[in-house]
Amino acid sequence: MRRMSEAIHVEELHRSFGATRALAGVDLSVRRGSVLGLLGPNGAGKTTMVRILATLLRPDAGRAVVGGHDVVSQAQRVRQLVGLTGQYASVDEKLTGRENLVLIARLLGQSRAAARARADELLREFELEHAAARAAKHYSGGMRRRLDLAASLVGRPEILFLDEPTTGLDPRARLSLWQLVRRLVAAGTTVLLTTQYLEEADALADEIVMLDHGRVIAAGTADQLKARVGARSLVLSLTDESQLPAVAALLEAAGGQPPQVNGRQISVPACDAGLLRAVVRRLDESGLKVDEIALRSPSLDDVFLALTGHATGEDGGEDGGYVPG
Amino acid sequence: MVDMSPADGPADGGLLAGLRQTGTLAWRTLLQIRHNPWELGDFSIQPVLFLLLFLFVFGGAIAGSTADYLQFILPGVIVMNMVFVTVYVGHGLNTDLTKGMFDRLRALPIARWAPLAGRIVADLVKQAWSIILLLGVGFLLGFRLGTSPLGLLGMALLVLTVALAMSWIMVLVGVLARDPEHVQLFGFTALFPVTFVSNVFVPVETMPGWLQVVVAVNPVSQLADAARGLLVGGPVLGPALWSLAWALGITAVFAPLSVRALNRRLARG
Ligand SMILES: Nc1ncnc2c1ncn2[C@@H]1O[C@H](COP(=O)(O)OP(=O)(O)OP(=O)(O)O)[C@@H](O)[C@H]1O
Ligand SMILES: [Mg+2]
Repeated sequence: MRRMSEAIHVEELHRSFGATRALAGVDLSVRRGSVLGLLGPNGAGKTTMVRILATLLRPDAGRAVVGGHDVVSQAQRVRQLVGLTGQYASVDEKLTGRENLVLIARLLGQSRAAARARADELLREFELEHAAARAAKHYSGGMRRRLDLAASLVGRPEILFLDEPTTGLDPRARLSLWQLVRRLVAAGTTVLLTTQYLEEADALADEIVMLDHGRVIAAGTADQLKARVGARSLVLSLTDESQLPAVAALLEAAGGQPPQVNGRQISVPACDAGLLRAVVRRLDESGLKVDEIALRSPSLDDVFLALTGHATGEDGGEDGGYVPG
Repeated sequence: MVDMSPADGPADGGLLAGLRQTGTLAWRTLLQIRHNPWELGDFSIQPVLFLLLFLFVFGGAIAGSTADYLQFILPGVIVMNMVFVTVYVGHGLNTDLTKGMFDRLRALPIARWAPLAGRIVADLVKQAWSIILLLGVGFLLGFRLGTSPLGLLGMALLVLTVALAMSWIMVLVGVLARDPEHVQLFGFTALFPVTFVSNVFVPVETMPGWLQVVVAVNPVSQLADAARGLLVGGPVLGPALWSLAWALGITAVFAPLSVRALNRRLARG
């Protein structure tokens, strides 16, 4: 038995497709009741990882334990605990939204009445009531996505896998999905979600694991990852460009480090918390005009660039457009 | 799915749960028809059209009268239609595989064989419906049962048994094909000659000698003969045994092949 505080534990996981090494020795672990963000560019191995954890794919080597059960030797036990929303919506297009949900509930052994009640509850939660009686093939991409997600929640899984859950959702739907994930986690669900959006991992995940070419290139909290790239910086936006030299001199005097100028923005590394106060005081005294003054953390994009040497989405060699099946 | 993996323990819920899940999945396939009534037309209107066309276009020329020809052709059309309806098994399975529905089902704690079994059972229901429909239309056109209701029941059971066996061929096609359209294309292209090079429409004696040999061993001919015997009268035992032997042989070859191909496709990711 694993330590009970661990919902997912992965050791040295390998999986290749022909010559492509989709996972080349991945370790990770997810605390019960927390959110792990699996982050990586196209072809990093995110979907492969999720499919192995959901028992759809066997690893070539290594071990994966989900909810205390081995995904290979105790696959059926794992299936009782997990819900999966795959990267590509997998609903029965010929059935209505409600029938899709009732079907899953019935397969999970619920009575007819319980299945209907659960379906209606989920339809309401995902704002699909108006389309409940329409065939899923007439749904928009976002609606289908939501139905797919609802389908993976029918059995109230303890552990939920979401493979790029917000791809194809409009901003409003994305926000409401984020809220849903937070609600589920507050109720005790463990979530592993993959995403290519760094802000999404930042917003939702307690811990982030960054994958690239099937390997973990970084792991930790968002703040820890950001700290690896460097300090925060103080950014000032000026109204009047002619004041740039004066403001630059002021910043250097206050903080000691040479500032960087970018258009009408000027920034300086802010290792010391006292810097902001000092700068504001000096600005006040000097009478120089500033539009905006902010302390900014590095974005996860910065982190990715720093760790891999290439930006996300510029993953040259790999075929990222692979569609399973 | 049919992944015969090491004992997963009692979590499966056992055989009974598996059968119930199969029933639920069969219900799903039948629900699909409710929302796509044209699909019903595919395997309802087409055979009826075939029956009417052959009856009135060729009936006079082949049998002298449409009444006599109806007695000859109805059992044959039932068999021919059964062969075509098996394509739906492959088509549906391939759709599930390519559209991700199969993965959704595989990720559930249900019996590994339930998704495939559900598919096959649902298509047996379609088969039964087609048989009833063709018989109904036949009786309206003046078909006379030469045997007994028991013969009629025997015919239905025999045709369904062979349908079950032939479904395994289409399962294999469904697993190997890239997309549902290819299943349909391949299915109908391969099945047209099989059904027409038979004694469904014309008595075998009218054909050249070499063709008679082919027609005689064709399982469609054997089954059509058995169906005639059971509905109109005439020899039953011989052709029925041959049909069952074919069913057994087809199952023995294609069931393991299909399951292996399916597991391989799933393992490939
Ligand atoms: N079934 C398969 N057959 C062949 N190659 C595959 C298969 N599945 C994945 N791959 C390859 O394995 C690598 C990892 O793929 P995976 O789908 O896990 O990446 P991903 O991180 O999910 O990417 P994306 O962001 O594009 O979804 C890719 O190079 C991909 O082409
Ligand atoms: Mg993916």
